[in-house]
Amino acid sequence: MIVLSAEGLSVAFGGVRAADNVSFDVEPGIVFSIIGPNGAGKTTLFNVISGLCPPDDGRVWFYGENVTALAPEQLARRGLSRTFQNLQIFSHLTVIENVMVGRHRHEATGIIADLLHLPAVARQNRRTREAAAEALARVGLADLAQRPASGLAYGNLKRLEIARALASEPKVLLLDEPAAGCNPVERREIENIIRGIVGNGITVVLVEHDMRLVMNVSNRIHVLANGRTLAEGTAADVRSNLAVIEAYLGVHRTQETAGAVG
Amino acid sequence: MNVLALFDRLRSPQRHRLILLIPLAVFILLLPLLFSSAYYYRVAALVFIFAIAALGLNLLMGFAGQVSLGHAGFMGIGAYAVTIGPTHLGIPPLFSFLLGAALSAVVAFLVGRPILRLKEHYLAVATLGFGVLVAIVFTNEAGWTGGPDGMTVPGLTLMDWSIRGAGAWYWIAAISFLLGAALALNLADSPTGRALRAIHDSEIAARVLGVDVAKKKLIVFVVSAVYASIAGSYFGLINGYITPDVSGFLRSIELVAMVVLGGMGSVIGSLVGAAVLVILPQALTVFHDYEHIVLGLIVMSVMIFLRRGIVPSLAAALGERRAK
Repeated sequence: MIVLSAEGLSVAFGGVRAADNVSFDVEPGIVFSIIGPNGAGKTTLFNVISGLCPPDDGRVWFYGENVTALAPEQLARRGLSRTFQNLQIFSHLTVIENVMVGRHRHEATGIIADLLHLPAVARQNRRTREAAAEALARVGLADLAQRPASGLAYGNLKRLEIARALASEPKVLLLDEPAAGCNPVERREIENIIRGIVGNGITVVLVEHDMRLVMNVSNRIHVLANGRTLAEGTAADVRSNLAVIEAYLGVHRTQETAGAVG
Repeated sequence: MNVLALFDRLRSPQRHRLILLIPLAVFILLLPLLFSSAYYYRVAALVFIFAIAALGLNLLMGFAGQVSLGHAGFMGIGAYAVTIGPTHLGIPPLFSFLLGAALSAVVAFLVGRPILRLKEHYLAVATLGFGVLVAIVFTNEAGWTGGPDGMTVPGLTLMDWSIRGAGAWYWIAAISFLLGAALALNLADSPTGRALRAIHDSEIAARVLGVDVAKKKLIVFVVSAVYASIAGSYFGLINGYITPDVSGFLRSIELVAMVVLGGMGSVIGSLVGAAVLVILPQALTVFHDYEHIVLGLIVMSVMIFLRRGIVPSLAAALGERRAK
């Protein structure tokens, strides 16, 4: 069973081939990481998969369905959620309200009911709030629920985005550089959060520059360079792959291999 | 307890809608104690009528972050509905009023579908075009509308009670605003309201979470059009005479100014904004030829010193003072 699959995806911006015939299959319940040097086309690939950027060529499959032409909101309703590298927080909402928006696909009240605040809306609000509080607790932000989201520290905003995506109860979660800009303590927390997510049966697709995090949590790693697939395999496979080492570090292998390579 | 902050709930809705609605109801009840003549009732009624339209527009602007420079077009549809219905079609005024609101909703739906795809300045110009178009139709279809000279609006009769006089309109307009405020507060704390406020901050994130952004924008556009239509009907009925100016460009700008001046996303802000722009011109007549200059200077000063709008800025300032 393949939950998510890219088939020959190509995207070009002007003359730049951001993705060039990229294919991969993601099995359920694993952490599938996509790595590569800056400009390798990782975020572009995420944008294509989540429906924000139509590919020039190729197809995206989600649970056996061709979802290439679907809009992000349609994909969200099928159980695909994501976070953003450059945060997309609802800054005028409180922390818990941010996460409550994540419940949108599970909410089923109409505009008339909403305007009249019918009992169904009150019940819906209560359920949504409870589920949102639960998602906040999973990333350790329960104490900040009532704060305005705009006042949160950077690391907390990263976790808020994860909580918001989790609240939508996705089957597959795309995490775009969740540890970027985080200190080592925060990075370990992110690592634990990712383990918890996978432990709950959600498939995680991870784009990340922090190699220690990637090597620790990934079941499979897909390596891109200049929009093309360089290699794919387990952490051990990728670590010993000469093409990967060359792309990242140049021909000379140094001690930086284990560190954060940006 | 920061009272003004409680009055500024649209952006931060809580369960306690009544904290806002009860003082507002008391205010509406007690305000006439200050009125010494029918003129006061009339001005206050006009304030509440424009506050209804501003509140509707505030749902679109303050909530969803979408601008409309053509909302007076919907006021015009409401105003001409209560005029043309009884005069030309023999439809009872009250039924014409409801038909006008329904027609505005349909027009908003049909117009909104294509133009709400546009963003920011492009949306502003498209809505502006819509407002101008409506005004041109009312001007040119002279056989139905009386053309630029306008036409008389027949009186409104409920059962056997003929509604006339500024006093009756004060109560109708004020209670309608109170109901409109209750609906707006309900919307703020609902799935649709949260989705709209999310769209304001990040459309991309909202879409990725399953929010059908185009549909939500259309819904709030239709709701705001109905608010404007109701205000337009009242405006026609209280004046007893209507010209195409009701849907003119200047009217639309006035509505936007009320929203921004009072405070984007603030229920009470809509009322305060409407009050400032309805009452000030009346009060400033002492400046004779210079009244427009003074009005402009006051509006500019407010926006310079209270840049988030009167109500949110004062609420924030009061909150800071308490915190010290």
